[in-house]
Amino acid sequence: MLALIPLFPLIGFLINGTWYAFGQAPAGRRKAGAQITGVIATIAIFLSFVVSSILFSQLLGMDAEHRAIEQVIYPWISIGNFKLDMVFRLDSLSTLFTLVITGVGTLIHIYSIGYMSHDETPGKFFSYLNLFCFAMLMLVIGGSLPILFLGWEGVGLCSYLLIGYWYQDEEKAKAGKKAFVVNRVGDFGFLLGMFLIFATFGTLDFEALKTLFVHGALPPGVDGSTITAICLLLFVGCMGKSAQIPLYVWLPDAMAGPTPVSALIHAATMVTSGIYMVSRLNFLYSLSPTALSVVATVGAVTAFFAATIAVVQTDIKKVLAYSTVSQLGYMFLGCGVGAYSAGVFHVITHAFFKALLFLGAGSVIHGMHEEQNILKMGGLKSKMPRTFLTFAIGWLAICGIPPFSGFFSKDEILWQAYSSPHGSVFLWALGAMTAVMTAFYMTRLFYLTFLGESRFKAATHQQQGHKHDDGHGHKQDHAHGAIHVHESPFSMVVPLMVLAFLSAFGGFIGIPHLSWLEHWLEPLIPTHEATGNVAAGMEWLLMAVSVAGATIGVFGALKLYRNLPAVNELTKKLSPVHRLLENKWYIDELYEGLIIRPIRKISELLWTVVDVGIIDRLVLSFGRVSTWTGETARVAHTGAIQVYALALLLGILAIAGYLIYGWV
Amino acid sequence: MDGFDSSLLSKIVFLPFVWGVLGLLIPSKSKPGRVALQTWTLAGTLVTLGLSSLIYFRYLPNGADFQLTEKLDWIPDLGTSYSVGLDGISLWLILLTTFLMPIAVLSSFSAIETRVREYYFLLLALETGMLGAFVSLDMFLFYIFWEAMLIPMYFLIGIWGGKDRVYAAMKFFLYTLVGSLLMLVAIFYLAFQHKVQFGAYSTQITELYKLQLASGGGFWSTQNILFLAFALAFAIKVPLFPFHTWLPDAHVQAPTAGSVILAAVLLKMGGYGFIRFGFPLFPQAVLYFQIPFMTLGTVAIIYGAWVAMVQPDIKKLVAYSSVSHMGYVIVGLFSLNEIAVTGSYYQMLNHGISTGALFLLVGMIYERRHTREISAFGGITKVMPLFAVIFMIATLSSIALPGTNGFVGEFLILLGAWKTSPILTAIATLGVIFGAIYMLWMFQRVMFGPLKDEQNQKLKDLNFRELLVLAPLVVAIFGMGIFPNFFFEKLEPSIHRLIVRSSSVLANPVAENSDSVSAVALIKGN
Repeated sequence: MLALIPLFPLIGFLINGTWYAFGQAPAGRRKAGAQITGVIATIAIFLSFVVSSILFSQLLGMDAEHRAIEQVIYPWISIGNFKLDMVFRLDSLSTLFTLVITGVGTLIHIYSIGYMSHDETPGKFFSYLNLFCFAMLMLVIGGSLPILFLGWEGVGLCSYLLIGYWYQDEEKAKAGKKAFVVNRVGDFGFLLGMFLIFATFGTLDFEALKTLFVHGALPPGVDGSTITAICLLLFVGCMGKSAQIPLYVWLPDAMAGPTPVSALIHAATMVTSGIYMVSRLNFLYSLSPTALSVVATVGAVTAFFAATIAVVQTDIKKVLAYSTVSQLGYMFLGCGVGAYSAGVFHVITHAFFKALLFLGAGSVIHGMHEEQNILKMGGLKSKMPRTFLTFAIGWLAICGIPPFSGFFSKDEILWQAYSSPHGSVFLWALGAMTAVMTAFYMTRLFYLTFLGESRFKAATHQQQGHKHDDGHGHKQDHAHGAIHVHESPFSMVVPLMVLAFLSAFGGFIGIPHLSWLEHWLEPLIPTHEATGNVAAGMEWLLMAVSVAGATIGVFGALKLYRNLPAVNELTKKLSPVHRLLENKWYIDELYEGLIIRPIRKISELLWTVVDVGIIDRLVLSFGRVSTWTGETARVAHTGAIQVYALALLLGILAIAGYLIYGWV
Repeated sequence: MDGFDSSLLSKIVFLPFVWGVLGLLIPSKSKPGRVALQTWTLAGTLVTLGLSSLIYFRYLPNGADFQLTEKLDWIPDLGTSYSVGLDGISLWLILLTTFLMPIAVLSSFSAIETRVREYYFLLLALETGMLGAFVSLDMFLFYIFWEAMLIPMYFLIGIWGGKDRVYAAMKFFLYTLVGSLLMLVAIFYLAFQHKVQFGAYSTQITELYKLQLASGGGFWSTQNILFLAFALAFAIKVPLFPFHTWLPDAHVQAPTAGSVILAAVLLKMGGYGFIRFGFPLFPQAVLYFQIPFMTLGTVAIIYGAWVAMVQPDIKKLVAYSSVSHMGYVIVGLFSLNEIAVTGSYYQMLNHGISTGALFLLVGMIYERRHTREISAFGGITKVMPLFAVIFMIATLSSIALPGTNGFVGEFLILLGAWKTSPILTAIATLGVIFGAIYMLWMFQRVMFGPLKDEQNQKLKDLNFRELLVLAPLVVAIFGMGIFPNFFFEKLEPSIHRLIVRSSSVLANPVAENSDSVSAVALIKGN
């Protein structure tokens, strides 16, 4: 039954994929619409959600110690003692992920039916989307590192395909390639980590590995520094997939893909794979304080750094992208202080509210006819009321306003960053400052998009009248560049509402001290008690501080952006800083200059100097028997091939004979 | 069935040649004649494929070392015989060859229009040469087949190749011939050594395996010198950096089918040679040169990838990617453990499939557009969607995406190699990054972006015959990625035996002494 979870999306992919490749893509064939292809894909992922739910309820009925469902599909690779089965395992941790992937996935599929209704090749889009879900589910239910890696690279492939979905735009194709290559840099670390694990422990299976660590102690004969090396190498993989410094550069560019893709892959699911892996291997990470502090520091610094960039971005999706990088940093901060379940908690709430925000942004972009610049929006509140309301909930959730979901998970991480034995005031302070900035830039986004005056030329009321003819496929089709803004269709709004509900109330699974989630994960992730020297009231004090911080961020932004000219004035005054942030700290340029260009130069030299200049010249000087060359060339053209071949063969035999008898 | 089986291998080996000779009788000047000849040749390769698939069922992985053996005395005085047999190591390379031949033939239907009769004859003769090399259990016989392969390939490149075909063909010929001459000398030395140790000449490899070859005394030991003589021949074939420069020229100039066979099978002769002869005969020498060879393999991975990256010609890019991929094979083989050697072997099969597919795809687009310059393309996906899908799949296989065949090979190689040398493995693993860069960058420039060029706008997508050519490869890419154990079951026992044999020899080294005539003395004496 477990295998059905990834199987349904795989079947969906095969149906839509084959149909598209052979029935729709060839010249002259009609493309199927988003309705039919979208429904096929949605059914596939929904069935997977149903199975996930059934299996979840089965897990609920099991006692904590044996809470796992395992299915061995077939022996994948077996060489001598090395056995690698295709084995799936569903336990407390992976079941949460399958529910999020298939649940949020289903909503995003439904949304896409509306969103992609004017696309030329929805069949292709939905087949990719199903393929992604398949790979993502493999990633979380795979019972060993190589299967996880199979999913890991599989989602990377789908991400590549979907970022470059509109491949005729060269920039989008490049963004896809960049995502794949940067992820490969991370996978380089992942692979080495796997090799080291195998060399050290002789197995790559999660369960087998876990049993080697009795009561969280090092197995005999294994050095602590090996564990640190393993954890750090695997974390390089996480930096790639989960977009952490220094490998985060692909994620903002990944916004080139269709918005539902940004919501599903680049916010809710794929990018959280790194947190999944660290949590899955918590028994390793917990043994290496060094690795943990690296994880926590990278997470906290990324959270802060990405937030600074988000403050000045003007593209609605770019703001959300940097916000995602920042929130992923939070999750790693949680993991890095040993509070894995807090990290997982934030994965879940973030999946709700960030998917909501992205889909809301998609709805806005759809309604604004592909406009993405928030400076050219404003006042959409009245024109897109349902999008506005649901987006508002997402906004409150990410800002950390109680009792919305983001508040609980973010607060838990901040509290752990302060109180855990691995935490520190420094980590807490970075996290808290990020929280203020998050509230600030999200409020800026929210205000500039929905509130205030419209900063675009709206079409007249009369023109808005034909809302239902769905003529918005072509951009700004009305005279004078006026935009006829409209609320999105039902298929898009309903997923927004469901996600809004989840964003509002999803946090209650992890209320401090009564956390269902922490308890649920306990058999896999032992909970850490706060260190004794933390004062009793501290938790509530810090909570108050973070709520106050969020409030300051929100009101600061509201006050500032109510007066746009003043903002421009301020921007001018801070122009060096502003430019630095706007250009994303010039990190892309740095990579281009320090790595990419030198390698390309060296490669040219290797080719022209080493290959052609040195090796070839040496070899040819050996073989420069020009008469012979001329001779053979002539023979080749006379057609006496067989004769020549025979002569050569006899020649060889003659030489052979001479050599033998010459020696004997 | 016994009578049939008793010469099954010989039937498989010589069937293509005989079929080819008969094909020469078909008049091929007219169009119907040409079609008849094409059909005849395709049928021949298909019959060979059918016949060879029998060996999969006949071969028992836990049976004798070599099965379906045949032996006929040839030059008894020299101990040379026509001796063939089958083990897991030859099995899959034979099947790879017979699997790819119909594809190569079918792909030539529209590409080859001149001297059609000779062309198909040479293809079939080449098949016999390749199959013969894989089944030879006699070193001299192996050598004959090894050289015999050169000739048809030389003409395939030299006659039906691109505009610098003569240069490329000569370079290919010289490189490989020079390499194999030293091997021939070494073979005779081994036969001679057999006489010294056992009283009679022999070139039978199972006999030669019993030789005690001295290995002590530093670099100039008998084993080392013999090994290097063999290794040069094999390294050139692989081709291992720095002996690779014949490959880009040969590949670029060769007709598509020639490139496919060259990449898929001929290069494998090198790896096969190391496994079949290098390892069991000279285990100490292999150990002695383990790190140097692994280093060269690692250099090849990175070097091939980097040089591939800056190629302006798609076919040349794919050719350099071969250098990189075969670098993995060398790294794995010289790691000398079961996982890595099995991975290397698998990588050889994979490379045959994925690079074969890439060459076919490049050939198809070349037939349409008469150029292979990357810059001449862009946005091709729009007009050739099916081509795009299959090109993508071949690309993914080439960059070793999990789920495709490429991953299994690379993963096992690196996993095993780590135990031998973590540092070299770490450097070799960088290849996964560069592999993605050069392939995806090329793919992006050819297939994505706006479709601006007018000639490109008129390109037709794959036709039914082309789909038929590519479909088996697509199936193989996923089949081998998802069910590698199907292959390992009949491969692994042979590799296991090989490793065990080498390690037992390693445990009892033979010192240089007066009992055996050392190769050094021999060289100096003559």
